[in-house]
Amino acid sequence: MFDPADENVIAILREKYEDQVLLTEKHYDFLTITLKEDKIIEVIQHLRDHEGTKFQFLTTLCGIHHPEQGQIAVMYQLHNMYNNSRIRLKIYLPQEKPVAPTLTGVFAGANWMERETYDFFGVVFEGHPDLRRILNVDEMTIFPMRKEYPLEDQTREDKRDEMFGR
Amino acid sequence: MEAVGNKISVGEKPPGVEGTGFFATSLEKVVGMARKNSIWPLPFATSCCGIEFMATMGAHYDLARFGSERLSFSPRQADLLMVMGTIAKKMGPVLRQVYEQMAEPRWVLSVGACASSGGIFDTYSVLQGIDRIIPVDVYVPGCPPRPEQIIDGVMKIQQLVETESLRRRDSPEYKAMLNKYGIQ
Amino acid sequence: MDARGTDINTVQPQEKQYSYLNLGPTHPATHGIFQNVLKMDGEIIVDSEPTIGYIHRAFEKLAERRPFNQITPITDRLNYCSAPINNIGWHMTVEKLIKADIPKRVQYLRVIIMELARITDHLICNAVVGVDTGALTGFVYLFQQRELAYEIYEEICGARLTTNIGRVGGFERDFSPKAWEKIHRFLDEFPKVLKEFENLLKRNRIFMDRTIGVGGITAERALQYSFTGPNLRAAGVDYDVRVAKPYSSYEDFEFTIPVGINGDVYDRFMVRQEEMWQSLSIMRQAIDKLPDGPYHAEIPDFYLPPKEEVYNNMEALIYQFKIVMGETDVPKGEVYHSVEAGNGELGFYLISDGGRTPFRLHFRRPCFIFYQAYPEMIRGSMLSDAILTMSSMNVIAGELDA
Repeated sequence: MFDPADENVIAILREKYEDQVLLTEKHYDFLTITLKEDKIIEVIQHLRDHEGTKFQFLTTLCGIHHPEQGQIAVMYQLHNMYNNSRIRLKIYLPQEKPVAPTLTGVFAGANWMERETYDFFGVVFEGHPDLRRILNVDEMTIFPMRKEYPLEDQTREDKRDEMFGR
Repeated sequence: MEAVGNKISVGEKPPGVEGTGFFATSLEKVVGMARKNSIWPLPFATSCCGIEFMATMGAHYDLARFGSERLSFSPRQADLLMVMGTIAKKMGPVLRQVYEQMAEPRWVLSVGACASSGGIFDTYSVLQGIDRIIPVDVYVPGCPPRPEQIIDGVMKIQQLVETESLRRRDSPEYKAMLNKYGIQ
Repeated sequence: MDARGTDINTVQPQEKQYSYLNLGPTHPATHGIFQNVLKMDGEIIVDSEPTIGYIHRAFEKLAERRPFNQITPITDRLNYCSAPINNIGWHMTVEKLIKADIPKRVQYLRVIIMELARITDHLICNAVVGVDTGALTGFVYLFQQRELAYEIYEEICGARLTTNIGRVGGFERDFSPKAWEKIHRFLDEFPKVLKEFENLLKRNRIFMDRTIGVGGITAERALQYSFTGPNLRAAGVDYDVRVAKPYSSYEDFEFTIPVGINGDVYDRFMVRQEEMWQSLSIMRQAIDKLPDGPYHAEIPDFYLPPKEEVYNNMEALIYQFKIVMGETDVPKGEVYHSVEAGNGELGFYLISDGGRTPFRLHFRRPCFIFYQAYPEMIRGSMLSDAILTMSSMNVIAGELDA
């Protein structure tokens, strides 16, 4: 299932952080590694600086809410521009208190991506220079992308839900 | 090439009494005619409808031939507020402030489905129509409306401008309508 | 002691006072609604604080409610200047999920449409850079050419700007002869206008003085901020998704990637200008080598059958019913696909749990990611340079906020 390039990456990762790796899978030709959340920043820094895996580009960072497991996942996607390989790292946080360390020290571009994840899911990134809402209004008290909150504004009276199949 | 001279029509003149060197009509009609042919719009373009507005202002569907040659980005000097694009709840107070800064007489043209009613975005963050916060004169539906539709909307505004009474803005009905929106 | 009797050595300098200027959400020069509060020392900008979200329309939450074909109109409104690229990128993501095999003809037609969309996107950006330096004529000339592109879109899919072009699996109908006639007319007329526009600005003394050395960013900082697209290529890094991870038969075409040196406004202008020429070349190559074949893939579970068959054929009727009611079996899985949009790498991260709507859809929006670097890029420059930097980065509000 894993080709030699993936095996190389997994080996470099396991060599130093064997205890952090929980699961390695391959979805649609994309190596996905699930890790524990406490040392994720060191893992990413290691993957960035190590000669064998130069993942020096952060493609994206987003949150995923799994209500039936009661967890909010944070997904990091890194890109190695030297040999065009990509890797996806996921950490799972409990949904009552999702706290994760910040990536802004490693990649400056993670700043707004983490603010967006905080705005939508409520994930608090410790050490972030300016963690506040970015896209929604500042006075909002809920985290709207979580599955329990509805899409529509419940106070609108001009659209009848039964006409729209809701 | 045939003579073009007899095909040009220069605006309808209002009914009145004409004689050598003078033309008498009512003030309202003259003011209406002058206002309708020189509306200065304020393009409040937020999203995709703004690009269709840029196409309307371009050379192909020229909006300037209707008198809107000078776009005013300052509300103090604008007559027509063209709201083009989705207005989110975060943008609502800004739109309200811009409307309040405009001097009377002012008209509002809501371009696009999002400005008229929220459009396809029936979500928690989108204002479902700008007529929740400011009074609107003409709605132009479409997603985005074609430039011809925007011009049609401007022509309807022109009709409103031409036939508006000079006393409308001081009348109690108008003040009551503004009070309904909470605008003094 | 000076003439007024004060001891010069004990005079304290005044506290430095900064003024705050609000480059508010409604501003004629910011093409899109985002706010910047600038801390200024006279005319020089010391710091700035951007605020975005003024057009947040909750696309990601909206996508969780809609079946896959209905998400295409939402992707239109991301970077609305080049809507076909977003549409086709989304369709390719779904096709990756369902592991569909797309015929060559569809891929080549998609390339033609995507390159046309890229040209229209760069047209707007360069025209607007011209406007912000004072050259309003170029804008009017280029917008006239955009009308030709709008006519092509209209002939293919019916809409001018927010196109909703194609379907999962291909196109709804093959390109009509009228569409080909319009495409050929575009390819004949557009290069002359582009050359004229380029001659207006490329070696123009005023334009070069205004744009060289303004709003620059080094390659290292650009990579730290996850820049992609023309902004990154102007800084010197030749990363283009079409070459790095080719999709839709881009590997069959020959094109060069223009790369700048300093990452300033002039470099971005020239990179976009050269990319437009390259896109024209790719379009010509695709038209010359266009193979025959079906205009859609054989995926009856996702591609609506033609109406004549629905009314006559039982199987087609069942497929039509299942697709419209959302009863088809979608494979579970998570997939990431990215395309080279007008501003950079536009990525779609889709998690499907087998239902008719996605479980999670995340858009990797290039504008959102590179706009973070804006305060750093304008520090130390003047207000007019800040306006020019913003318009040369091609920040589209729809993609910024989603």
